[in-house]
Amino acid sequence: MEITVRGLWTMIHGMGFGALYLMACSGALVELWRCCWPTGPGTESRTNDSFLRVYLVVMAALAWLAVLTGTYVVYPWYRVAPLPGIADLSGFPQRLLLSSPSTAGWHSIGMEWKEHVAWLVPISITMAASVFLRYGRSLGTHATLRNAVIGFVAVSFFAAGVADFFGAMLNKNAPVRGGRTIHVMQGRRQ
Amino acid sequence: MSLPQDSVPDKLPNGPGAAAILAAGIGSFALGMLAVLADHVARFGKMMIFYRPTGPLSGVTTCAVLVWLVVWAVLDRSWRGRTVRARPLITAAMVLLLLGLLLTFPPFGDLF
Repeated sequence: MEITVRGLWTMIHGMGFGALYLMACSGALVELWRCCWPTGPGTESRTNDSFLRVYLVVMAALAWLAVLTGTYVVYPWYRVAPLPGIADLSGFPQRLLLSSPSTAGWHSIGMEWKEHVAWLVPISITMAASVFLRYGRSLGTHATLRNAVIGFVAVSFFAAGVADFFGAMLNKNAPVRGGRTIHVMQGRRQ
Repeated sequence: MSLPQDSVPDKLPNGPGAAAILAAGIGSFALGMLAVLADHVARFGKMMIFYRPTGPLSGVTTCAVLVWLVVWAVLDRSWRGRTVRARPLITAAMVLLLLGLLLTFPPFGDLF
């Protein structure tokens, strides 16, 4: 069982930071509703308030790590161009996708959307975290601000979902591979 | 936009919250706008190459983040400790966020 360095970074970016953010997002929406919505159960203790503060800050960190590793570590490997005359495009995911009309859309729509929409996520969640850090549960008394914070977190959920979906599909159709091979475990021959 | 401080004495002023939300909306719109420009104006796209291996994406995202942070800092400074009429600001922020989201979608961005 082995994985290449590029494959490992792609996994850390997508399954580590991206997917973890996506899972945390539904929790954040529920907690914001519980804490700040008039019909929600409300937070009874300061501990719950502190928990949500830490939770949102961790989500913001995950979002930044996801976009930074995506943009500056994985994306350059994805878009690297082959030298003229190279026929095997398996090490050049973008060119591999564009080489066939049946896969070109994964780049021209999937990657083109994913690479930009993902950056809405850290902006939105950093804002949400900073507003909640400042207001805490008293955000519930500012209905307009509360609705906006929940709206931004919901949009970040959607944007992260788009980025994760296309990330997974791109990696399925044209995986980012290469670099040193890491041997994870020795399997048994049947 | 600002109201007298004593109109809502029992609440924290909403100015800093509104500043953060409006700045996030402006930053999101800037991201979508810059992405469309870099994609359709070759010269601008080249200008956005801050880090060659990543291409124009590096400049588009760096500039959008800078716009967001600068606007946030300016608005926060202006509205700190103040209560502002939040509804029109928040509506503008949500519209800008949704426009930003829409502009990042290639079939929509290609209309321009």
